[in-house]
Amino acid sequence: MLTEIVAHDEAALLQRWIDNQFNASGFRPDRIGRAELQENSTQFLSSFRRALNSGATDIQGADWAGVRHILDGLSSARAEQGFSPTETATFIFSLKQPLFERARALYANDPARLAEATWEISQVLDKLGLYTAEVFQRGREAVIVRQQQEMLELSTPVVTLWDGILALPLIGTLDSARTQVVMESLLQRIVDSGAAIAIIDITGVPTVDTLTAQHLLKTVAAARLMGADCIISGIRPQIAQTIVHLGVELGSVVTKATLADAFSVALHRAGLAVVQKQAARRKPPADPDRESEGNEA
Amino acid sequence: MPVLLSEEHQIRQPEDVVLVRQAVRQKAVELGFNLVDQTKLVTAASELARNTLQYGGGGTLRLESLVDGLRRGLRLTFADEGPGIADIEQAMRDGFSTAGGLGLGLSGARRLSNEFHIDSRPGEGTRISITRWR
Repeated sequence: MLTEIVAHDEAALLQRWIDNQFNASGFRPDRIGRAELQENSTQFLSSFRRALNSGATDIQGADWAGVRHILDGLSSARAEQGFSPTETATFIFSLKQPLFERARALYANDPARLAEATWEISQVLDKLGLYTAEVFQRGREAVIVRQQQEMLELSTPVVTLWDGILALPLIGTLDSARTQVVMESLLQRIVDSGAAIAIIDITGVPTVDTLTAQHLLKTVAAARLMGADCIISGIRPQIAQTIVHLGVELGSVVTKATLADAFSVALHRAGLAVVQKQAARRKPPADPDRESEGNEA
Repeated sequence: MPVLLSEEHQIRQPEDVVLVRQAVRQKAVELGFNLVDQTKLVTAASELARNTLQYGGGGTLRLESLVDGLRRGLRLTFADEGPGIADIEQAMRDGFSTAGGLGLGLSGARRLSNEFHIDSRPGEGTRISITRWR
């Protein structure tokens, strides 16, 4: 029955549908042109008619693959163009009105068939509309997953401060999958570089609770097993007080308020010292970067 | 005691613990808590939210701003419908953990707040509320 409604003067139906989409409240003429809309609609309608002709009603079935393919492309394109899920689904839902009008005209004298046709149209278009929303959502979820992975990569920079001295500036939350990645990359760098001292800086960690503390203690213990000493730096006053109230024992772990303090301890342990250039040499330094290098050696 | 404002947060997945911390911090800043008190509240909330998720199988946090005379306070109530705690005294002891943690979450949260109430029965879930006054 639906086949009959769609196949009857397809060109007129297409025109009516496009006009409908153009006049819909959610339509974004700033984001999509009439030509593109015309193309999308033409493709969809011919594919839709073929699927209906097959007689299959399950839109997940093989006969509907063509329709799904068009909707996949359309939904992801619109997600990129900045449409909302509602605006995207309107593409399908705006086809209801022209089809209803047709059904009324065709079955004006047969209320039972009209009711049946209306139900059929609603059912299939609702499924297709929801399908566009699903595809749209999958696109968004893929973006979120990608961002999470990017954050994992970003958040674990192990830097070499000096020969044999590593630093791991931690930023953000430590109670997720990140901790494992952070720990592994630090331990791996200790192996690769043969570093004797690693400074873990928690200036950028907003909350240190018992789980965070436990992760830190485990990392320190693992590093120690590998022959490297850890210094935890960046313990701000409010964090220090909170750790005391929590009752967390940092034991033999060396802690410092700032990364500079920790670096100074590390240099001392490595048998190095930072000295001021001799005052007798009054000439101003030509290159400030080289000057600071000279200072630390 | 008049409750000025209250809002509820769901704790269903690990990311929610982060959102709870942010919500508590924001509320504590609004109420004018100093940095140390903010940090204490956020840390206690982090411990309890994680307990709600890990042991209670998820639950809710109710955030309430309180007024008592001239004092302003923030009350956090964590509720779950999990298995409950059989021996509260043991659970409150420093170093006791059934899951390989440090065993300081509950007792630490109590030390980080001014008032602490725990109500739990096996099979009926757990309800913990903490209050910190400014």
